[in-house]
Amino acid sequence: MLHIVACIKQVPDTKIIKMNPKTNTMDRASAPAILNPYDAHAVEEAVRLKKRYGGTVSVLTMGPPPAVKAIKKCIEIGADEGYMISDRAFAGADTLATSYALTKAIEKISQIKPVDLIICGKMTIDGDTGQVGPGIARRLDMPPLTSVNKVKEINLEEGYAIVHRKLEDGYEVIQSTMPCLMSVEKEINDVPYSSMTNMLKAARYQPVIWAVADLEDVERTQLGLKGSPTIVSKVWAPTKPSGGEMLEGDAAQQTEQLLNLLLEKKELFAVKGGSGVEL
Amino acid sequence: MSFEDYSGIWVFIEVKDGEVVPVSLELLGAGKELAEKRGTELAGVLIGENITHLSDMLFEYGADTVYVYDDTIFKNYRTESYMKALLECCQKYKPEVILYGATSTGKDLASAVATDLPTGLTADSTILDIEEDTGLLLASRPAFGGNIMATILCKKYRPQMATVRPKVMKALTPEPGRKGQLIEETASIKEEDIRTKVLEIVQFTTQKVRIDEADIVVAGGKGLGSEKGFQVVHDLAETLGGAVGASRDVVEAGWVEHHHQVGQTGLTVTPKIYFAIGISGAIQHIVGMQNSGLIIAINNDPKAAIFQSSHYGIVGDAFEIVPLLIQQFKQAFNGEVVDHV
Ligand SMILES: Cc1cc2nc3c(=O)[nH]c(=O)nc-3n(C[C@H](O)[C@H](O)[C@H](O)COP(=O)(O)OP(=O)(O)OC[C@H]3O[C@@H](n4cnc5c(N)ncnc54)[C@H](O)[C@@H]3O)c2cc1C
Ligand SMILES: Nc1ncnc2c1ncn2[C@@H]1O[C@H](COP(=O)(O)O)[C@@H](O)[C@H]1O
Repeated sequence: MLHIVACIKQVPDTKIIKMNPKTNTMDRASAPAILNPYDAHAVEEAVRLKKRYGGTVSVLTMGPPPAVKAIKKCIEIGADEGYMISDRAFAGADTLATSYALTKAIEKISQIKPVDLIICGKMTIDGDTGQVGPGIARRLDMPPLTSVNKVKEINLEEGYAIVHRKLEDGYEVIQSTMPCLMSVEKEINDVPYSSMTNMLKAARYQPVIWAVADLEDVERTQLGLKGSPTIVSKVWAPTKPSGGEMLEGDAAQQTEQLLNLLLEKKELFAVKGGSGVEL
Repeated sequence: MSFEDYSGIWVFIEVKDGEVVPVSLELLGAGKELAEKRGTELAGVLIGENITHLSDMLFEYGADTVYVYDDTIFKNYRTESYMKALLECCQKYKPEVILYGATSTGKDLASAVATDLPTGLTADSTILDIEEDTGLLLASRPAFGGNIMATILCKKYRPQMATVRPKVMKALTPEPGRKGQLIEETASIKEEDIRTKVLEIVQFTTQKVRIDEADIVVAGGKGLGSEKGFQVVHDLAETLGGAVGASRDVVEAGWVEHHHQVGQTGLTVTPKIYFAIGISGAIQHIVGMQNSGLIIAINNDPKAAIFQSSHYGIVGDAFEIVPLLIQQFKQAFNGEVVDHV
């Protein structure tokens, strides 16, 4: 039976977040906290694989106590168990420190039930890096499979998985040994509305919560801000361009002017006789 | 770790179908500036099968040194084999900075290497600078959905690493015949140590012109109302011989596939002419097209933000303006427009 761990994060909805123009900081209170959209696909894929092959889906998050809500959302999608690591010592973690802490939690989960597959989202919409997944894979010495947009086959007996990895202009079919870690693209699946049963289950669900002291062999210097090699030194608002000329007149006059602009660049257009065709 | 032991700016050279991908050349251009400012050398790390000859071109594009790992084991990109080669190269020659294109390969490799070294890694940078005296890399990137720009530093570890968005840096004009030092290396990795196999590579052929390589991009937004309405974008692109671009909302609505998406979570494009039709001009879209040569916006809302980011704007209904433009354009060229590939 497959045991899949999906790593998920609660994030501010950056689509509607407001900025404080004076300080250039985000007004986090202005944006509701949501389950990272990419991670919803990670959980959904885990649930689908469970249905296909049988097994258990655990979700794992590192975050502050309110992140329990994101775990409940995953239970709605169909996850079986939720684990959360939450401790002041984790605060300020960059991708390296985040992958370290999550790895320690996965090691602990493995003691409860060995882990065959880890699924992460392509990226978070606040951290926006896509680096945490491969980081966990390296730390656990599993092959990292990024940009996965299809899981073709899993064969637990023979210990391999076959996936499609999205490339800029196509995809590649990869066979990997198990256990392995996949970071999945959004297009891998559609997340359907949750069933009433799952919603009821989620409402009552309480995840397992661990502090640093509950994890084993943790080097505290590798956690949180202390364990993060990167620091943000400066933030600023992106410059807004001033804007150009508006073309005036009725539709025909406007397009006429536009056409003249385009004709100045006529070498770019594929016309008979190649560039510089006489008009 | 003594920082004095680390020197040189490196670029991971990505090869696809036997050719160096454009972003690697762009990074040699950007890396050259950093190297000159810091008074150090610029090197490329070239990994693949039958690729040693590509080093000539890298010298012409500014590399002083090229480290080559040329072996059948590197025929296809695989995290474990490429990572091993790059890690060994790092341990042996100790660079101060390593830059990677923010492509699926570059990001995958950089994330793995950063964890193993370990060191800090800044993702999707769009601006690079270096402190002359300390060698501290200043890598800046859009963050929080493009709402802010942030400069990221890695003070305590070397090498410092960043992935960089394609199409934001400029390649140098190649200097024909420019030479450099070629260092051929072998990695200690064996096929049986690698746990993944590439079974097949499937390339899409339906895509006419790749939007990040096209001279003309005609992009449409949610304002076109439906997949049927979006047809005007295809029509204009076809008439002008351009590629079709789209906002994220269009891609999410399923009118076109993701490889048409322009912006922060899509592709960065720098065509000579960019049309934004029925696109509101959200910052996440703008960051993907703002460096285009000539930006033309068509939108029926005079207050649309897109007009702030365009060189020329037309306030009007796309369904009136675009067909008219197509008709006038065809007339101007006397129907001489040829079919494009
Ligand atoms: C983390 C994050 C990443 C993102 N990444 C991207 C990205 O990579 N790329 C991207 O594009 N977006 C991205 N977005 C989304 C972005 O914020 C906007 O939501 C999106 O670009 C809006 O798409 P749109 O302009 O097509 O649609 P809308 O904002 O709905 O704009 C439609 C426009 O069409 C105009 N219009 C309506 N009818 C007509 C007509 N008949 N003729 C002419 N004009 C008309 C309207 O006036 C309006 O301005 C991202 C958002 C987030 C939070
Ligand atoms: N704090 C976290 N807790 C659990 N999973 C995380 C966390 N941060 C990142 N991840 C996972 O790593 C993926 C990539 O995140 P990022 O590198 O931040 O873009 C996410 O989609 C999640 O699957």
